[in-house]
Amino acid sequence: MDKFTTLTGIAAPMPLVNIDTDMIIPKNFLKTIKRSGLGANLFDEMRFDREGNEIADFVLNQPQYRETQILIAGDNFGCGSSREHAPWAIADFGIKCIVSTSFADIFFNNCFKNGILPIVLPKEQVELLMKDAEKGANARMTVDLETQEITTSDGEVITFDVDSHRKHCLLNGLDDIGQTMEKAAAIDSFEATASAVRPWV
Amino acid sequence: MSPKTLYDKIWDAHVAHEADDGTCLLYIDRHLVHEVTSPQAFEGLRMAGRKVRAPEKTIAVPDHNVPTTLDREKGIENEESRIQVDALDKNAKEFGVHYYPVSDIRQGIVHIVGPEQGWTLPGMTVVCGDSHTATHGAFGALAHGIGTSEVEHVLATQTLIQKKSKNMKVEVTGKLNAGVTAKDITLAVIGETGTAGGTGYVIEYCGEAIRDLSMEGRMTVCNMAIEGGARAGLIAPDEKTFEYCKGRPHAPKGAEWEQALEYWKTLFTDEGAHFDKVITLKGEDIQPVVTWGTSPEDVLPITATVPHPEDFEGGKVDAVKRAIDYMGLTAGQKLTDIEIDTVFIGSCTNGRIEDLRAAAAILKGKKIKDGLRAMVVPGSGLVRAQAEEEGLADIFKEAGFEWRLAGCSMCLAMNPDQLAPGERCAATSNRNFEGRQGYKGRTHLVSPGMAAAAALTGHLTDVREVI
Repeated sequence: MDKFTTLTGIAAPMPLVNIDTDMIIPKNFLKTIKRSGLGANLFDEMRFDREGNEIADFVLNQPQYRETQILIAGDNFGCGSSREHAPWAIADFGIKCIVSTSFADIFFNNCFKNGILPIVLPKEQVELLMKDAEKGANARMTVDLETQEITTSDGEVITFDVDSHRKHCLLNGLDDIGQTMEKAAAIDSFEATASAVRPWV
Repeated sequence: MSPKTLYDKIWDAHVAHEADDGTCLLYIDRHLVHEVTSPQAFEGLRMAGRKVRAPEKTIAVPDHNVPTTLDREKGIENEESRIQVDALDKNAKEFGVHYYPVSDIRQGIVHIVGPEQGWTLPGMTVVCGDSHTATHGAFGALAHGIGTSEVEHVLATQTLIQKKSKNMKVEVTGKLNAGVTAKDITLAVIGETGTAGGTGYVIEYCGEAIRDLSMEGRMTVCNMAIEGGARAGLIAPDEKTFEYCKGRPHAPKGAEWEQALEYWKTLFTDEGAHFDKVITLKGEDIQPVVTWGTSPEDVLPITATVPHPEDFEGGKVDAVKRAIDYMGLTAGQKLTDIEIDTVFIGSCTNGRIEDLRAAAAILKGKKIKDGLRAMVVPGSGLVRAQAEEEGLADIFKEAGFEWRLAGCSMCLAMNPDQLAPGERCAATSNRNFEGRQGYKGRTHLVSPGMAAAAALTGHLTDVREVI
């Protein structure tokens, strides 16, 4: 997994609430057996018409947001289907950080597995960042995971919380499976005890 | 010992390792797998030279992509869908997991097959790369959806890295009125909490109206816990649960059954256990409901009208404007005036035998509205066979419904069953998102009885007028 340390880049505003994973990556792109290449179809039905032409007023099609690396999103981002194709598409497009007042649980987990940092902030702070993002390409934000700070284009600093284990994994680009396998003895011993108590499982 | 909730008890019984910061390795008893969210996980194992740790606890079945037309034995026409199903076929064999191929009568939607085959049992932890894994909570099993990286993690280690969620109690008191079903309960709860109201929680549903539901109804309720944002939904097991499990192919037998039963009877929330949030609904107040918008929280009684955006606050105002526009509706319009052109009965929410019985009871001896497209897609091959035996299939066919083979079908439209742009569907499925049932398709979520009623009249209809 790619490390996430600091990121300075363009932030795009997406204030719509309840953006679901069907919007992020529609089902016709779930038929792949690979993880790569989904960025071309990120937000496909909002971004392109049926003929494949760009819909001009969609935020990521606007010239100042084409290189977006940070999304400032409305409440409950990533709700719905568990499809990890959603964070795969987001990362493949080049977006590495999403800020919202709330995220759906499964999507939130999936982000951390793919080097994306989802940040939850109170409403007022998300609104402040939304305004900053609306300024466009000349306004760049910086997200520093080590210090847990976002710096706006005006130099205003906002701190955020992140789970310590997840922070450690993102900073170091650690693979979960490898780490868990180091605890194989604990799993073996759990299995032995559990199968004595609940042999039908 | 301090009193525990049902969730606390199941959680505590499955912690294989706990780190200082509270991050746990939760042991997984059953891992269900389907073709869409697993190919990259199996590929990951292959690349790292890893095996499936517990193939005997891993159950695979193709459901999302499979055609449900009667000629499906001739194969899947869409190349990408075929490749995905073939990949599952190959992976199941190579890694030695339990497998129900398309040709097997036991094939069906993974969340219907699991309980039907007795894989899902009380007190278990169940995961699947699918958000509707919440369904299995109806058995008092801790069940939730995971992403593909986590699918790979469970395949390799039989555990999941987790932190404990908070406890929420949703109590539905009293009796339901005629025409009101489990689907109306679960939608009414989401209408109350909103789609993010459950975020960070595991919900335990309780109260007389929940107790009175059959196992099928309880599965419908828990299925949509995820639509309210909850990690999982749970219902404490009782005699109905035990009766449902008994004799299923993978349920324990003999002395082991007795031992299991003794354990399962300890699976309830202790008196005085702490819930972080409590919501109470009166069963008598719940009416047959329908969704008007593009989020499951956009739900109202069928007797209501399309709301005005200005009735809402904050970011929801723009979302409602967008939803009304997308759905082709007018604020103030009566919901019963909304004309439909498609009816879909099926899905992991409402594709079980009881759902088909409820719809057939409305349709018996009647014909659907001329020109309407209507289909029933049973949740599994066994549900289909039972419905044929009970004469339900004939009722559907005589009424003008297509009688399909088992799969997810038009719930998410990954197979050829899709809405065309602008088409409007009364669906018994679980999501009314933009494009969910097809590009620019419009979905109204309803119970099976309401879907059948709409099929008869050609517009959204109060089921109480036709029972």
